[in-house]
Amino acid sequence: MPELLQFAFSGLTVGTVYALVAIGFTLIYNASDVVNFAQGEFVMLGGMATVFLAAAGLPLPVAAILAIAITMLVGLALYAFAIDPARGASAVAIIIVTIGASIFLRGVAQVVFDKRFHALPHWFGAEPIRVGGAAILPQSLVVIAGAALIVLALFVFIERTILGKAILAVAANRLAARLVGINVRKTVAFSFAASAAIGAIAGILIAPITLTSYDVGTLLALKGFAAAMLGGMGNPVGAVVGGILLGLSESFGAGLVSSKYKDAIAFLIILGVLFVRPQGLFGAQHRERV
Amino acid sequence: MASRVLNMLAGAALAALGVGAASAQEIKLGAVLSVTGPASFLGDPEKRTLEMVVEDINAKGGIDGRKVKLTIYDDAGDPNAARTFATRLLEEDKVSAMIGGSTTGTTLAMAPAFEDAQVPFISLAGAVQIVQPVKKWVFKTPHTDTMACEKIFEDMKKRNTTKIGMISGTDGFGKSMRDQCVGVAGKYGIEILHEESYGPRDTDMTPQLTNIKGKAGVQAVINPGFGQGPAIVTRNYKQIGITVPLYQSHGVASKQFIELAGPAAEGVRLPAAALLVASKLPDSDPQKKVVVEYSANYTKKTGQPVSTFGGHAYDGFHIWAEAVKRAKTDKAAAVRDEIEKTKGYVGTGGVVNMSATDHMGLDLSAFRMLEIKGGDWTLSP
Repeated sequence: MPELLQFAFSGLTVGTVYALVAIGFTLIYNASDVVNFAQGEFVMLGGMATVFLAAAGLPLPVAAILAIAITMLVGLALYAFAIDPARGASAVAIIIVTIGASIFLRGVAQVVFDKRFHALPHWFGAEPIRVGGAAILPQSLVVIAGAALIVLALFVFIERTILGKAILAVAANRLAARLVGINVRKTVAFSFAASAAIGAIAGILIAPITLTSYDVGTLLALKGFAAAMLGGMGNPVGAVVGGILLGLSESFGAGLVSSKYKDAIAFLIILGVLFVRPQGLFGAQHRERV
Repeated sequence: MASRVLNMLAGAALAALGVGAASAQEIKLGAVLSVTGPASFLGDPEKRTLEMVVEDINAKGGIDGRKVKLTIYDDAGDPNAARTFATRLLEEDKVSAMIGGSTTGTTLAMAPAFEDAQVPFISLAGAVQIVQPVKKWVFKTPHTDTMACEKIFEDMKKRNTTKIGMISGTDGFGKSMRDQCVGVAGKYGIEILHEESYGPRDTDMTPQLTNIKGKAGVQAVINPGFGQGPAIVTRNYKQIGITVPLYQSHGVASKQFIELAGPAAEGVRLPAAALLVASKLPDSDPQKKVVVEYSANYTKKTGQPVSTFGGHAYDGFHIWAEAVKRAKTDKAAAVRDEIEKTKGYVGTGGVVNMSATDHMGLDLSAFRMLEIKGGDWTLSP
C-alpha cells in the first residue's frame, strides 16, 4: 500500500512539472495557432538564469524576478526576429521556425552559461513530508500550488480582460480582429512574452527537483507537448490534467510494470486517448473557419 | 596539358620537400577529441590538457630538442566525423602518433584507420573492447567499467554484503557498466536480487527505488550511471528513506555530483581515480606527486577544477613522449614497441605496466574507494 501511495506522489510531482510546461504552450497556441517548441527553452532559461544570477551574488528572489524578465525579453525577441518576419507563412512553417529557435537558444545557453547541471535550493527545505509510509517533497507542493495559481491567473486573464479577449479574437480570425481595432502584432507579441514568463516561472519552481542544464528544455517540451495534446491544446485546465495523467501513467508504469517501458506505456495511453478523442480530453471541437 | 601536369608535379614535390624539412625539426602529434557536443565533458578537459602539456614540453626544449606540433580536430562526438578526421591526420597532416578518441564509439570508428596506416593510437575512452582483443597499434589510458564493478564488489565483499539491488541508467555508459557488473558479480559471490532502470533524462526515480526498497534482503544498492541521473537517484534514495549503503560508479566522480546531490550524498561510496583526492593521499602514495602537480597546473592554467578525463590525456601524452624519448626517433614502429614496453609509469590514472597482451596496463589499485563525508571525498579504508 505505501508503494502505491509513493507511486502516486511521484507521478503527481513529475506530472505537475509536465503540466507547468504544458500551460506555457496554451497561450501562444491560443493567440496564433502555433505550437511553440522553444517553450522548453523558456523553462531552461528561467532556471539557468536564476542559478547564474544567484551565483553572481544576487539574493535568490531578485535573481528569480530578473530571470523571468530576461526570459520575457527573449520571448519578445523570438517574436520580433523570427516569428513576426514569417507572419505570412503557414502555422506549420512557423512551428518549424520555433524548432530552429529552440536549437539556437540551446546553443547560446551552452556558451553563455555552461554545459553542467545545476540545482537551486528547495524553498522549504529538502526534508520530505512522510504520509502513510510514502514521502513527498515540500517543493512538489510548491510546484503544484504554482501550477494552480498560474492556471487560475490565465483563466481570469483570458475570460475577464480585454487583452485576453483580444488574444481569443486574434486566434479565431486575424482579419476580423484587425477590423474591430485589435493590434494583432502587439497581441501576439504579448502572448509570447507571457508564455515566456510562464515558462521561466516553471523553470524556477522545478529546478530544485529536476535540476537544470542548458539542454533540459528538449525533453520537457516534448513531454509538455504530449501533456497539452492529451488535455486538449489551448485549454489550461486540460494542460494540467494532461500533465498529471502523463506523470501518473509514467510512475505507475515504472513501478508496477517495468521501468524499461515506462515511457512507452505513457505514450500508449496518450495514443489511446487521442484515437477516441482527437481533440484531447478538454479540447473544444475543431472550429471550422468560415 | 603536359606542362600543366609538370607544373603540378613540381609544386607537389616542392610542397613535399617543405613538409619534409619541417618534420625533421618537429614531431607531429595528432588528436581527435569530442571537444563539443554531448561528450564535451570528456573532450574539453582532454583538449585543454593536451595543449597545456605540449606547451609545457616545448617550453622545456621539446623531446630530444625536437618541438612537438599538436593538431587537434573536434569530432563533436560523432564517430563518422572522427573517422574522417583520422584519415585527415594520417594522410594530410602525416602525424607520427595519435592521442584521443574521447568516446568508445569514436575510438572504435578510428582504430581500423590507424591499424591500416600502422601508426600508434592511444585512446582516452573507457570500454574494454578497445584493447580486448589486443590490436597491435591501439592502446588506452583510462581504466575500464569492469574494473569499477570489481572494485565495488571487492568493497562489498569486505563488508559481507552479498545481496544487492541495482538501478542503472539506459544511456551508453550506464548500460555498458550494468552489463559488466552483471558479468563479474558471480565472481565475487554477489547476487543481484532486483534490477531497475531509468532514462538518461528522467527527473524522478522514486517508483523504481520504491520497488528496490520493497524487496526483502537487499543489503546495498549499486547505481551505474552518468550525468544528472545518479544525483537524482541519490536524492530520491534519501527521500523515500532507504537506509542500506548506496554505491555510485566512477561516472559521477566529480565535485559536481556532491553539489547536485547535496546532503543526500552523505555516505555514498564510489570507486574513483587518485586524481580526485589528490591532496588527501598519504605522502607515501606513489601517485601523490603526479596528481598533485597536474591538478595544480591544470587549475592554474584553465581556472577549472581538474577532472579524471583530462588526466587520461595527460597520461596518454606522457606515455607517448617517454616512448619517443626511449626510441630516440618518432618512427611509428619503434615508438609503438616502446609504448608496449611501458613499465612502472606513474600517471594520474594509476601505475601503468603494459605488455604485448595488455595495452592498458592498469590494475585494481588504480581505483580508490571513496566515501562522501561532510560534503567532500574521503578515502575509504
